[in-house]
Amino acid sequence: MYYHQIQLSPCISVRPSLMLKPRMVQTSGEVVKTERRRVDHCTRVPRNVNLEKLRNGYLFPEIGMRENEHLQKYPYAKLISLGIGDTTEPIPDIITSNMVEQAQALSTVKGYKGYGAEQGNKSLRKAIADVIYRGLKVKDTEIFVSDGAQCDISRLQLLLGSNVTMAVQDPSFPAYIDSGVIIGQAGELQEETGKYWNIEYMKCGPQNNFFPDLSTTARTDIIFFCSPNNPTGYAASRKQLEQLVEFARKNGSIIIYDSAYAAYISDDSPRSIFEIPGAREVAIEVSSFSKFAGFTGVRLGWTVVPEELCFANGFPVIKDFNRIVCTCFNGASNIAQAGGLACLSPEGSMAVRGVIDYYKENARIILDTFASLGLKAYGGKNAPYVWVHFPGSSSWDVFDEILEKTHISTVPGRGFGPGGEEYIRVSAFGHRESILEASMRLKNLFR
Amino acid sequence: MSLTHLSISFSSSSSAFLSSNSINSRTLKVAVPAKKNGICKCIATPPAETAAYKTKVSRNANMAKLQAGYLFPEIARRRAAHILKYPDAQVISLGIGDTTEPIPEVITSAMAQRSHSLSTLEGYSGYGAEQGEKKLRAAIASTFYADMGIEESDIFVSDGAKCDISRLQLLFGSNVTMAVQDPSYPAYVDSSVIMGQTGQFQKDIEKYGNIEYMRCSPENGFFPDLSTIQKTDIIFFCSPNNPTGSAATREQLTQLVRFAKENGSIIVYDSAYAMYISDDRPRSIFEIPGAKEVAIETTSFSKYAGFTGVRLGWTVVPKELLFSDGFPVAKDFNRIVCTCFNGASNIAQAGGLACLSPEGLKAMHEVVSFYKDNTKLIVDTFNSLGFKVYGGEHAPYVWVHFPGRSSWDVFAEILEKTHIVTTPGSGFGPGGEGFIRVSAFGHRGNVLEACKRFKLLYK
Repeated sequence: MYYHQIQLSPCISVRPSLMLKPRMVQTSGEVVKTERRRVDHCTRVPRNVNLEKLRNGYLFPEIGMRENEHLQKYPYAKLISLGIGDTTEPIPDIITSNMVEQAQALSTVKGYKGYGAEQGNKSLRKAIADVIYRGLKVKDTEIFVSDGAQCDISRLQLLLGSNVTMAVQDPSFPAYIDSGVIIGQAGELQEETGKYWNIEYMKCGPQNNFFPDLSTTARTDIIFFCSPNNPTGYAASRKQLEQLVEFARKNGSIIIYDSAYAAYISDDSPRSIFEIPGAREVAIEVSSFSKFAGFTGVRLGWTVVPEELCFANGFPVIKDFNRIVCTCFNGASNIAQAGGLACLSPEGSMAVRGVIDYYKENARIILDTFASLGLKAYGGKNAPYVWVHFPGSSSWDVFDEILEKTHISTVPGRGFGPGGEEYIRVSAFGHRESILEASMRLKNLFR
Repeated sequence: MSLTHLSISFSSSSSAFLSSNSINSRTLKVAVPAKKNGICKCIATPPAETAAYKTKVSRNANMAKLQAGYLFPEIARRRAAHILKYPDAQVISLGIGDTTEPIPEVITSAMAQRSHSLSTLEGYSGYGAEQGEKKLRAAIASTFYADMGIEESDIFVSDGAKCDISRLQLLFGSNVTMAVQDPSYPAYVDSSVIMGQTGQFQKDIEKYGNIEYMRCSPENGFFPDLSTIQKTDIIFFCSPNNPTGSAATREQLTQLVRFAKENGSIIVYDSAYAMYISDDRPRSIFEIPGAKEVAIETTSFSKYAGFTGVRLGWTVVPKELLFSDGFPVAKDFNRIVCTCFNGASNIAQAGGLACLSPEGLKAMHEVVSFYKDNTKLIVDTFNSLGFKVYGGEHAPYVWVHFPGRSSWDVFAEILEKTHIVTTPGSGFGPGGEGFIRVSAFGHRGNVLEACKRFKLLYK
């Protein structure tokens, strides 16, 4: 996506709005066309002040743009993308064949399906309840199938509205904060701290074992919590999650628990917040088939809203979420849902596990690489991300240096919040050869 | 309208959601306006458990403004209840505008192929551009907007118009005012309420505060009298119209664009039924000069390609469209799309591309033609029974007038006596009272049977 730099007349000229930290650049990776275009008319519709609060573009398109710029600068470089967490390995045949079948069925009289239930196909909801939440008393009626966690997060924000306060881990997946700003829960961005007013940032770092010190965390209505964590890769322990649930309960807060990477857990860390007693009354869980089954482009996920979860006036949250889903959404693609169902079959689960193990092995290689270089690297064991510490550095500078000198893209930790400064996130998605090649290049650079 | 206190069980389009045992939580007594003499199903729920835990999070006041469930799940709920009552009845669904005919093979085979290729090294793709695949955006631009100055980069592919409407509301925020046609597709009003743009629902007039309702009726040829319309920031306009079936003329749309320009408003133009137009009236708002500076267009593959379950649509935000401070609307919409969305399914997009091939376009026109033939059968039926019938020429909806009657009553009567599901006009706004929307999606046999039953009932 590129923008024309428009010279406007008689309207006020557009101020530079695409600011990439630390540089002010008004480009995208594609060609920038600067042209004078006479525009006679501005509407009188005020720009949404919440969108004005957002200073930069969303993080991952920014990384994409940097990659494109780099490729233009070095057209013969073999760029290795360990930035955006994009899956690379083919989806197992057992799953895609189900999608093929569903697609073909749509051109038969018997097999044609129109609108599906907005909450998702019953069979898929049941499979998610039975397989993902086995033994956890999550009902199929509490499961809302979606086109992915990023979309669900915004629908949850629509549900909650602008009059709630939120807490996020720092660093965290940018969609929580950005969607909170868009819906109007946040104040202005404070330049000095890099934090939005009215958002509670829960620092997570090696000093506190990547779990926030809840005794110093202010009460908020909503607590976003991602585990295994993007970007740090840390998976909270049972004890920690019990603390979190207790904290939420004491404060009357709602936890929005993002378990998109649960399938990457290697130890006995909880895979769902609902493994914790009492969670049903304080938590919503959001998850996704993206990193689980390579569905990043296929688009499928789900959100669990327990029946017991109530607003202060006793109104069940699930009722309002259902209303949102019926009004602002129209169901996930029926073909994607057919794929999801196949993922949860015994054979599908096994096949999917094979791909996850492949990425986990990638993560191990990356982890070893940094360890061998004497750099402190975290995560990588319960998540497909490695969180590398470059003490005293600006993460965007390190990002630039790595990109420039090794043609590897990563993600600067600062993109995930001020708590990410001095860190680089390296994602473990990639063909094995690319991972091994990247490993070599990194060793050469940092030796 | 009298108030009936109901213990609400939320509705959904799957009847299983209805069962009260699915909620073992507290009973919430919420006042819901009873449909006038309509059938109100009171569902008993178990008494509140004492000392049940509640969070301290306030319910979103905007959600509390909504009066009932979204319209179409309500229709589905009624249908399901009717089937339970008459398990042997052959219920014919002309209510929810759900497509019924198989998707042409040229399109599904492209989706099958894309699905299969995802399990190959060369064919696998992960995240796509949030704005949509380049080829599809280009095909949309060249197929629908050739010679209108709308480019590939103005097009944002989505998982459907309904979803786009809410993303547009997120874009606009709560500090804008809106106008809608009355009657209109309920998602415009409901999403506006949810976003916080409106006041409370005023039960006496059945309107939300702070929304400008633009009456569209036989008296004004289903085009609002703009001289009586207050200025608002946003104007939702659907043409061909759901539910009235009316399609605005070039002259009328020119007026609308001028009105928007004079008032500095943004038109959100819903053209989801454009392919059903039978003559040369505009299929896109961008056929009107000056529209690019005042309008966004949103549309869908749902009713052209039977993609109601596949999920694919698009929104056009021209580069020329600017907020009052000169900031391009497209930039903010792009930010929304990148942050609150993650692209339409790549398989659906492959289907979309096939839809726009010469063969695909031909196939889509054939399906549309089929539904249009259905529409004609329904129009003829009601005409022959002496009803005043509207729409049906440029849209797959027939808007039948039942003067002096409550539309929910008529809906209930038709359902009870003929086992045909329709949609009561008041579900689309107070301007829909006295009308029934009959949708023309259905197998030919069902449509013919429905026509027979209508004739028997209203002979």
